[in-house]
Amino acid sequence: MQEILEVIFNINTFSAAIRISVPLVFAAIGGVFSERAGIINLGLEGMLLTGAFAGVLGSYLTGNPYIGILFAIMGGALIGFIFALFTIKFEANHVVAGVGLNILMLGITTWLMQILWDSRGTSVNVTGLSEITIPILSSIPILGKLFGSHNILAYLMFIVVIFSWIILFKTPFGLRLRVVGEYQKAADTLGIKIRKIQYTSLIFSGVLCGLGGAYLSLGHLNWFSMNMSAGRGYMALAANIFGGWNPLGAFGASYLFAYTDALQMRMQALNLNVPNEIIQMIPYILTILVLAGAMIRSRPPAGLGKHYKTNR
Amino acid sequence: MIKILKKYENSIYSLTAILLAFLVGAVLIHLSGFSVIKAYSTLFDGAFGSVFNLTQTFMNTIPLIFTGLAVAIGFKSGLFNIGGEGQMYLGAFTTAITAIYLGFLPGYILIPIALIMGGFAGSAWSFLPGYLKAKTGAHEVVTTIMMNYIGILTASYLLLKYFKEEGPIPQTVLIPESARLPELIEYSRLTWAIFIAVFVIIIIDIFFKRTKLGYKIQTVGENRSAAEYAGINSNKMMVLSMMISGFVAGLAGSTIVMGVLHRFITNFSPGYGFTGIAVAVLGKNKPWGVLFAAILFGALQTGGITMQLFAKIPMDLMVIIQGLVILFVAAPILIKKLLRK
Amino acid sequence: MNIIEFKGITKKFGDFIANDKIDLTIKKGEIHCLLGENGAGKTTLMNNLFGLYNPEEGEIFLREKPCKIDNPHKAIELGLGMIHQHFMLIDRLTTTENIIVGEEPLKNGLVDMKKAREQVKQISDNYHLAVKTNEKIENISVGEQQRVEILKVLYRKAEILIFDEPTAVLTPQEVNNLFTTLRELKAGGKTIIFITHKLEETMNISDRVTVLRKGKVIGTVNTCDTSPKELARMMVGREVLLNVNKEKSDVGDNVLEVKDISLTGKHKNLLLKNINISIRKGEIVGIAGVSGNGQLELEECIAGLRKVTSGKIILDSEDITHAPTGIRRKRGLSHIPSDRLKRGLVPSYSLAKNIILGNQDSFTKNGFLLQNDINKYCKEVLEKFDVRCQSMNDTANNLSGGNQQKLVIGRELSTDPKFILAAQPTRGVDVGAIEFIHNNILEMRKQNKAILLISAELEELLSLADRILVIYEGEIVSKKNNYTKEELGLLMAGKKVPEEEKKELENRIQND
Repeated sequence: MQEILEVIFNINTFSAAIRISVPLVFAAIGGVFSERAGIINLGLEGMLLTGAFAGVLGSYLTGNPYIGILFAIMGGALIGFIFALFTIKFEANHVVAGVGLNILMLGITTWLMQILWDSRGTSVNVTGLSEITIPILSSIPILGKLFGSHNILAYLMFIVVIFSWIILFKTPFGLRLRVVGEYQKAADTLGIKIRKIQYTSLIFSGVLCGLGGAYLSLGHLNWFSMNMSAGRGYMALAANIFGGWNPLGAFGASYLFAYTDALQMRMQALNLNVPNEIIQMIPYILTILVLAGAMIRSRPPAGLGKHYKTNR
Repeated sequence: MIKILKKYENSIYSLTAILLAFLVGAVLIHLSGFSVIKAYSTLFDGAFGSVFNLTQTFMNTIPLIFTGLAVAIGFKSGLFNIGGEGQMYLGAFTTAITAIYLGFLPGYILIPIALIMGGFAGSAWSFLPGYLKAKTGAHEVVTTIMMNYIGILTASYLLLKYFKEEGPIPQTVLIPESARLPELIEYSRLTWAIFIAVFVIIIIDIFFKRTKLGYKIQTVGENRSAAEYAGINSNKMMVLSMMISGFVAGLAGSTIVMGVLHRFITNFSPGYGFTGIAVAVLGKNKPWGVLFAAILFGALQTGGITMQLFAKIPMDLMVIIQGLVILFVAAPILIKKLLRK
Repeated sequence: MNIIEFKGITKKFGDFIANDKIDLTIKKGEIHCLLGENGAGKTTLMNNLFGLYNPEEGEIFLREKPCKIDNPHKAIELGLGMIHQHFMLIDRLTTTENIIVGEEPLKNGLVDMKKAREQVKQISDNYHLAVKTNEKIENISVGEQQRVEILKVLYRKAEILIFDEPTAVLTPQEVNNLFTTLRELKAGGKTIIFITHKLEETMNISDRVTVLRKGKVIGTVNTCDTSPKELARMMVGREVLLNVNKEKSDVGDNVLEVKDISLTGKHKNLLLKNINISIRKGEIVGIAGVSGNGQLELEECIAGLRKVTSGKIILDSEDITHAPTGIRRKRGLSHIPSDRLKRGLVPSYSLAKNIILGNQDSFTKNGFLLQNDINKYCKEVLEKFDVRCQSMNDTANNLSGGNQQKLVIGRELSTDPKFILAAQPTRGVDVGAIEFIHNNILEMRKQNKAILLISAELEELLSLADRILVIYEGEIVSKKNNYTKEELGLLMAGKKVPEEEKKELENRIQND
């Protein structure tokens, strides 16, 4: 019991959770932007996977992980655009299109991995992102351990959380975006360019997932592996809902998931009497419970999942 | 002329979607430096080139019929069950354990019992997402995905802890002869399971076309408010349809254990549960549509392996085509625009 | 000056011609009414003007110059503003946010909410359109919501204001306020186009009237040169006498008793307050009220689609307060829902499948649907209720609104019910169908059914109901046998009847 408590309150668990949370946070905020614009985004999973792959590809081709990040951004943006094309222009059912996109990207990334690196399991090793240590911050006891040393994407994540909140709730774009997600026809009658806003937010959603994916591959392991996202996109969607379609809430929810994941990994190392399979289930069970609990009191954007046909 | 076209509108869209998916696939094959002709000819040959290949295609079609039907049944009540993979694992595991422990029974009793137990295990696994959707509105896509992970881990845990055969491979012992489904052609592993699959198609077709319960479930899927207005308990119907869906997904696992593997092995599925989504979407959620879509994807699966072995072209092409088919079928407006040109 | 001119505007939806070569001229500074029945093409025409639709043929001249208005953005730039019948408001945003979105005042690239509120306040003071600038839409009254809609348009500096059926959701008192506002706007030099199907309003507010019928312009007249009677004839195409033959019926025992029911909403607000209704065999009881005063909630509570917070509902001497909808139907409830597309039909189902909706249990044996019985029954109902369709395998979404309604009514009246809950039975259907529906409801009365008629149409209530209860803010504020239209109007607006009349009224109620 003592051991378990130590793991639960160990600063290393909290700090590991920050690392684990990065891809989830990026994807969850991607989910916020997409769903606030009225598009149910189950494609987060495929977008994360694309980002992870593109990041490794960029680093592999140039030897520079920062160019890898650039690749991940472009890859994410492209997939975001394609998803927008299907859900908005071709009026596909959002949920079906999202799942289709995920399967497609799983196929394409695995295919390309074999073409490029002749392996179906993992890619070759590439140069990953190095950690940046912030001089004074890193020497403060607890804060230093938590925030002192991370790679650039983790720091970027904190900036993204705050800026996303400002964009969504303080800028004209954010206000229009929320109006579009609530009631597209009302936005239309106000002369708001609905399509432009929806495309922008889905591409932005893709970019964020690209960054999250790049963190998975370049920030963690320095390689890409088949189905690397492993359901994180779906968890991110749950985090977005649990966080009340709000970037700050999405961050909190993602961190909670990440924390249980960190806990799960550390508990496995403890050789407790509980089997590892059961411990591994914890984050998945938590996702279900949190989603079920959150749905009871949450209120999604009123226009979520709806198509709006103009008669022009 | 236009009337005839209207009647076959759906089929024309689906066919165009398939063609389009293969076309995009061809571009990808070409860009990757392979010969498109070689790729598709080995694919076709691998799927239909000989009697043996045909039996392999049908062997792969059977689980897809079940998982495809499972997704289609969920869709009928408006729910998207992508937990087929987990439900199938639990079904397979439960069938294997039932067959091993009740091995003393004669085949004609054991086989139905093992099948039904597998189905119930799948139902048990799909109950929770259905219940949570009905009670709280928790999105079934997220919960079924999570249940997949939990299901696969649960089956592995139970296997390793209680039922593992001696040796390095995580698998159960072989199920008794009496629980194995007879082969149609020797050494083909194509068994009587195909008849079970077709039987289930017929049952489900009748269920939705002719029975009151089927009518109620569909009404909930088409218009939940109208269903409640008509005195139909929509929550109950959603849970029920998820459980029927899980039952059928469980049968996918049961028939694989009883017909092909003759034991439960971890990670036995090449993603039948997920391919089932493409099967249902392409089959427009109609039982007989599911059959044809399952044959197509069964052929892709079989042909894909040949393509990988003999033409050295990654079989993940199949996954790509699945994804494309789902996207294209989901977007009839795209197809309409293309056809008009 | 002719500020707007439509020349030969045609708009089609598939084969249906919603606007057929419309020519129409609007003068600067006038209040111009577009008068016509539901489906006459008034709103479609205005959507063409506002850039929501693009017409297939014809030209629009604005300030005597040809203009192609292909989206609302452009319409707004050209000084057009539209107040839609269904408010284009976002419930969870504040009034100010709703007004400024799209043209936000900025400060350092961010929305300057303080300045926005000031601007809104200023316009609202100028035009006497009081709104709380920092309140969410979901927390304000319908009248205030409409003022927000008008402010939205004025904030965008519209010169031409289009009002689409603005009085449908207002109490008579609020209508008066709106008319005052309209006159002020006109005095300020604005041009106003006013869509309505109500004759009195047209006579009251407009300078000129254009009547539309079946997508065509019938004519434009000066209001001072015409009469309601003439307008009615233009609108309908024949003399209309909404004259229903109501025979005496034998009133029998109580069938439905609603005893003291109350309903509390999400925010602990009372939606229904201590409602008592009793309906006897062969009797039609009407519920009058401006929509949004608890009628929908009452309908849902009686049908079992919503649980009451307190009180009892008794149907045919059995307590059904906690019974689910299915059981209530089996006990003899039949229900014409106020929203046929949301509740009454499954649009993607065939007519045969729709005909058993709610009655599915009667057409099954051992769990199987009796297809032959269903088809036979469907044919009967379609014939008896004059539902025009190609075959019963058509899907319901291929029927016109009137035929859809006849299908629903036919289904609900054919089950030999004891009690009929008829909510807005003639909403959005044409005059011919209205007469047909009214006669069928009276036929039910003759057959000794108990009927609760919830309606927003005063004439419908006055001609059909034996007794009328007036609902206001979730409460029955008055009940008696005979009302004049004026009395009803006042009561629906929440006005108390003067003391003397009240005494007389109480006496009459006691004498009932």
